[in-house]
Amino acid sequence: MIRFVANRVLGMLVVLFLVCLFTFVIFFVLSPDPAVQICGKNCTPEAIDRIRANLGVDRPFWTQFGTFLAGLFAGRTYGTGANAIECAAPCLGYSFQSSQAVTDMIVQRLPVSATVAVGAAVLWLLAGVAGGLLSAVREGKFADRFIAGLTLTGMSIPNYVLALSLQFVLVVTLGWLPFPQAVPFSEDPLQWFQNFLMPWIVLAIGMAAVYTRLTRANVIETLQENYVRTARAKGLSPGLVWRRHALRPALTPIVTIFGMDFAGLLGGALITETVFGLNGIGKMAADSITKNDQPVIMGVTLLAAFLVVVGNMVVDLLYTAIDPRVRVGSTA
Amino acid sequence: MTDTLLRVRGLTVSFPSANGPGEVVKTLDFDLARGGALGIVGESGSGKSMTSLAIMGLLPKGAERTGSIEFDGAELTALPERAMRSYRGDRIAMIFQDPLSSLNPYYTVGTQIAEAYRSHRSGVTRRQARAVAIEAMERVHIADAARRVDHYPHQFSGGMRQRVMIAMTLSMEPELIIADEPTTALDVTVQAQILDLLAEIRADTGAGLILITHDLAVVSEVADHIVVMRDGDLVEQGTAERIFTDPQAPYTRMLLDAVPRIDDEIGLLRTLTEEAR
Amino acid sequence: MTFTPTELEVEGAAGGEAVREGAAAPPARGRHLVRAFLRDRAAVACSVYILLIVLTALAAPLLVKLSGYGPLEFDQDAVDPNLGGIPLGAAGGMGADHWFGVEPGNGRDIFARIVYGARVSMLIAISATVLTGVLGVVFGLVAGYFGGRVDMVVSRVMEFLMAFPALIFMIAVLSALPAENRQVLLVLVISFFGWPYLARIVRGQTMSLKEREFVEAAKASGATSAQIIFKEILPNLTSTIIVMTTLAVPGYVGTEAGLSFLGVGVVPPTPSWGQMIASSVPWYAVDPAYFLIPGSFLFLLVLSFTVLGDRIRKLLGEGAA
Repeated sequence: MIRFVANRVLGMLVVLFLVCLFTFVIFFVLSPDPAVQICGKNCTPEAIDRIRANLGVDRPFWTQFGTFLAGLFAGRTYGTGANAIECAAPCLGYSFQSSQAVTDMIVQRLPVSATVAVGAAVLWLLAGVAGGLLSAVREGKFADRFIAGLTLTGMSIPNYVLALSLQFVLVVTLGWLPFPQAVPFSEDPLQWFQNFLMPWIVLAIGMAAVYTRLTRANVIETLQENYVRTARAKGLSPGLVWRRHALRPALTPIVTIFGMDFAGLLGGALITETVFGLNGIGKMAADSITKNDQPVIMGVTLLAAFLVVVGNMVVDLLYTAIDPRVRVGSTA
Repeated sequence: MTDTLLRVRGLTVSFPSANGPGEVVKTLDFDLARGGALGIVGESGSGKSMTSLAIMGLLPKGAERTGSIEFDGAELTALPERAMRSYRGDRIAMIFQDPLSSLNPYYTVGTQIAEAYRSHRSGVTRRQARAVAIEAMERVHIADAARRVDHYPHQFSGGMRQRVMIAMTLSMEPELIIADEPTTALDVTVQAQILDLLAEIRADTGAGLILITHDLAVVSEVADHIVVMRDGDLVEQGTAERIFTDPQAPYTRMLLDAVPRIDDEIGLLRTLTEEAR
Repeated sequence: MTFTPTELEVEGAAGGEAVREGAAAPPARGRHLVRAFLRDRAAVACSVYILLIVLTALAAPLLVKLSGYGPLEFDQDAVDPNLGGIPLGAAGGMGADHWFGVEPGNGRDIFARIVYGARVSMLIAISATVLTGVLGVVFGLVAGYFGGRVDMVVSRVMEFLMAFPALIFMIAVLSALPAENRQVLLVLVISFFGWPYLARIVRGQTMSLKEREFVEAAKASGATSAQIIFKEILPNLTSTIIVMTTLAVPGYVGTEAGLSFLGVGVVPPTPSWGQMIASSVPWYAVDPAYFLIPGSFLFLLVLSFTVLGDRIRKLLGEGAA
């Protein structure tokens, strides 16, 4: 067990290291000189050189990568002498646009992204599992086919099309919801809720569709299992057979996928946040792309990768807790 | 109280399809005496497993069952599902072919053994249920039952899993045990042990036994009465002795021809294991 | 927007090893399948729509000649400069002149942009599908057939790529890359992250197929590895590959549109559906037709491919993918 955890953590660190390297290489090799960008219009070659030296981009690749990694874990110092700027760990550099520390920018926007992700996750998990169960129970009947149609639609509608349509119908035409406007929860809970409602729905619909199909398939498959027949042969009531012998095996795999999907969402609902003007990490990433603000793009990429990799590991560990076959090695 | 535990008359199982009903069991008749052991023999597709599921009322969706199944004087085919449930597991228990897939990988064997007990008896505490499970495991000779009760199915070997399945039926002291190919998935050595165990249980509890198999050698070990089936039809039935010494149907003779070799092997193994003791 | 194969992975993991009856079926089954397919109204409707879009894309220059406006032509007469460039006339300026209306602001013809956008979207989605198909099949076959160290390396790479937040990474890569040849880059980037989903299932099936008698027989008669892989194993994977690729197309259509929506895909003024929708965002309240038209085309295309893939999978048997 301890070895298993150690193995997983080690694997995670390797993946994270590769992600860092990969990201760094791409930005190092492909991107235009950041010094030129920072320097702006009235620039002299000397000024560019000075900025290069400050950023450290005049040094060889491995040195830069080393400094970058060190910055992540221990912080780093930009420039020398009186102009030196201390960037505390985990240092992701400074935005070319606003000169803010990328780490601070992320931390500021994390609550919004987390709110979006949590709300959407609750919605899609509830809708997906409920829809899947209903479909499985009514297999082949009208309800099943109706839900199948809904899931296909939900899976196919691009979320920005859905976002714009919802906004047009609910806000502009019907006026059921006010125009989205950033309001803290403490000030006006109702408006806060109304603001997040559409993003939640938009993000949840596609996922709910996928989860519905998954739940349905798993439940139907599990009901064919021999141990379900055994349970019935024992004279257990249908409710007990369902609860104990069908649901647990059918829903366990969903936990795995949920962990990863949730982690993925936390690191950037770029489109949804942009369309609804929510000031989260996704919108920050989208904005930094249009402005070619590399340190921010890189920071968000690393954060997203980190979340997905960690989410993966948490799920793996969680799995050992809920599936006895993984927990205790086979002694047969 | 009659002498007949189970009386089956005109049992037919069919799957209605576009080309008319496909009958997998055709007007089957047989009796099982209280405490008796009946072997139902036939190749796969002969309808023997459908017969056992029909008795349990566990036929797959879409299957139709007609005829009469009388258990201890009660007509099972007339019972509503809820009443049938009180028979299942409590008075009629069933053992399946593949013990691994028949056990739920998510629960300990103890939980699964005690499950029937807890659902048929009201007010059973966790501790009592556990004690019942341990006792049942001891009766099927699982060593170190008090510790093994908390293990999961995948931690047991094939033969041990089948013992767990048998223990599962024992906790309720059923009057009838139906074993559907209980040894097919097991090694030959283990097969003999499981058959011995079934015989022992029967002697101990006085429960009736229906043993369903494709292998005449297996029934020869246990059954006192044999039903031979083919393609859903009853080929012939009679006492085990008569079937083995004086088979009437050519099909039975054909099945018997395949036996001696295996029979010898089991006999040999038996001698060897006995010598080893 | 996200990669739909999440679900396939799971089904693949469970059913991937299943032996498919379709593989060794007699040729009569093919005709039977076609007939069953034609009876399925939803599948036929989806095929018709997809075909229509493909034809539209192919005939774009011709169609534009008919409608009279090119995709890049400004028509300042069709918009109202006093109202900030809102199209003149109802429903976004739809009429005999501009069939689908015009873009607010500059008055470009939406019909022409949809038609040319179909070109870009289909070209990218189909190229990406072909490329992922080739990569996925080759790597899957090689890993599954040779096993051992080769399998280990390929599997590790696949795991790494699948554990990646693909969308955000695509964005990062594309934003760092220069804007020339965006369409080629899009295909490369999408394929780079897309192939493991197919390769994983091909690998699993190859592993079980290589244990089968006909492979043993071919081996015994002295066939080379390449012959066995391409003549014995690959034909048996056909239905899996068909299903997987059909189901992958909508993902790629959506990904292209999404990336273009975010401004890292197709570069303006080249039209793409996703990018059209992106430029409609500021106008959604006053000119809903501007996002509804490309939105509906995109939605229907993705839906058609999804339904089609679903139906084909059912037709070929659940075990196929």
